Amino acid sequence: MSIDLKTIKHISKLSRISVDEKKAEKLAGDLNSIFDFIEKLNELKTDNVEPLTSVAETTLKLRPDEVKSKNIREQIVKNSPQDNEDYFVVPKVIE
Amino acid sequence: MSDITKQSLSELVENIKNKKLSSTEVTKAFIDRSEKSKELNTYITEDFTSALNKAKKFDQKPNLDLKLPGVPMAVKDLFCTKDVKTTAGSKILNNFVPTYESTVTDNIWKEGAILLGKLNCDEFAMGSSNETSFFGNVQNPIDKDLVPGGSSGGSASAVAGQLTPITIGTDTGGSIRQPASFTGTVGLKPTYGSCSRYGIVAFASSLDQAGPMAQNVKDCALLQEVISSYDPKDSTSIDFKRNQYSKELTNNIKGKKIGIPKEYRVDGMPKEIEDLWQKGIQYVKDCGAETIDISLPHTSYALPTYYIVAPAEASSNLARYDGVKYGFRAKGENLIDMYEKTRSEGFGAEVQRRIMIGTYVLSSGYYDAYYLKAQKVRKLIKNDFDKVYKKVDAILTPSTPSSAFKIGEKTNDPVSMYLNDIFTVPVNLAGLPAISIPAGHDSKGYPLGLQIIGKAFDEQNILNIAFAMEEKINFKNKITDWWIK
Repeated sequence: MSIDLKTIKHISKLSRISVDEKKAEKLAGDLNSIFDFIEKLNELKTDNVEPLTSVAETTLKLRPDEVKSKNIREQIVKNSPQDNEDYFVVPKVIE
Repeated sequence: MSDITKQSLSELVENIKNKKLSSTEVTKAFIDRSEKSKELNTYITEDFTSALNKAKKFDQKPNLDLKLPGVPMAVKDLFCTKDVKTTAGSKILNNFVPTYESTVTDNIWKEGAILLGKLNCDEFAMGSSNETSFFGNVQNPIDKDLVPGGSSGGSASAVAGQLTPITIGTDTGGSIRQPASFTGTVGLKPTYGSCSRYGIVAFASSLDQAGPMAQNVKDCALLQEVISSYDPKDSTSIDFKRNQYSKELTNNIKGKKIGIPKEYRVDGMPKEIEDLWQKGIQYVKDCGAETIDISLPHTSYALPTYYIVAPAEASSNLARYDGVKYGFRAKGENLIDMYEKTRSEGFGAEVQRRIMIGTYVLSSGYYDAYYLKAQKVRKLIKNDFDKVYKKVDAILTPSTPSSAFKIGEKTNDPVSMYLNDIFTVPVNLAGLPAISIPAGHDSKGYPLGLQIIGKAFDEQNILNIAFAMEEKINFKNKITDWWIK
């Protein structure tokens, strides 16, 4: 198989990573060599194999749904790139 | 004592407990050596002033019952440390100062250790040479312009160069064991679920594990004892009875059955690695263990599986870096443009590549062909191990298919870089513990490692085997201090 530039543009949209022509071409080359290597998996028949989703063979523990961290608003917004004491700020979304 | 930094963790702990050394003396010695070692580029963030203050405070009222009393230690910059910048080696987290502490580092400080600083690593732990870090290459203390391995390259370099007595790394596909092998140090990847992932910058959540990196097996066991704990804050943390690994450490491995998997004899592997492996087999026999030829038939499918599973999980985990809540933000004309520019400028090339692979294999129409397929093969790989563990107690393999390579040698060919992890990746896919110990040198004088893989939760057993082999191997790391002027 081959990943073309159109596919790269599509993945870049889904990934929310902007790519220009030059970067798209480099990525297409890299991804094609990586996928050539990945294609090896098709040698294996896996129709009757259960997919492994977790190596930990235990069921997730239940816990009471309680609030453990209180009054941490200041901590939560502390690292936000645009300063505002109370909320996160993003570029205008609604005109 | 002029040679403080040459001492092992166990020696330092003993000397502090016997009051032959103070925490301040020890901390100062490691800071001095770190200051002289800037050329190695091991640190991303130094926290020396604060470390000295903590050491002085410790000495005023020393609690000598702790396991790491007043011992200074630098950690991989993937662990969130409260009020100390945590970057994951990325521009996108260049200004991130956590307001909370990772469970693993919290366990370490509670036993009396003192943070020296944060160590360089591949960006988001994605790399095998520490060359993807936004903060530049790390030099291997073994030789100039040699990579220390990755992703825990700064950690490995700092332990080998004696800038820290011990450290912690993280291992998603080999990121502790491969750099340990490249620097002549010991590195343990614990069983998945042994060490909490809370507060560790996530890469691939079903594979990531924190683990100790040390100068010797005993130190490694002691740190594992400290960092391994059940943690309700990590839903995949497992509640099992943990050993007192350092206290229970023994070199008596008589009668242990050790598997030698034929599939690890890969095409193009240098003869030196094969010879080292044969030597390792002889060592375990000399210790009274029995070796058994085994087969892990799906070994060659592990890397392709990993390069679907890990990027898929990474693409999902790294969706959080959007320039809104924390980290770097680029200017954009609108919200979407801001996201796209932030991620394009904030992530390095390797991280972008992996996000793209992950997004592709999870995207509509490709999920079954790639992601589901990989999960099925992952099951086959785990089954291989389950089957052989009915016959053997542990498995012995080389850690890496080669010794350390030169900086820049593999950066243009991602697949050749990925092949570095051929012996380490299957272990992560199966969630098993494994340790790499230095076992010899190649013709260039560079260290080579052997890997011992254990059953799940059987860290004690592989530590014991490593301890017994270490005695026989009697490895001496060749560190010439070439970087100190």
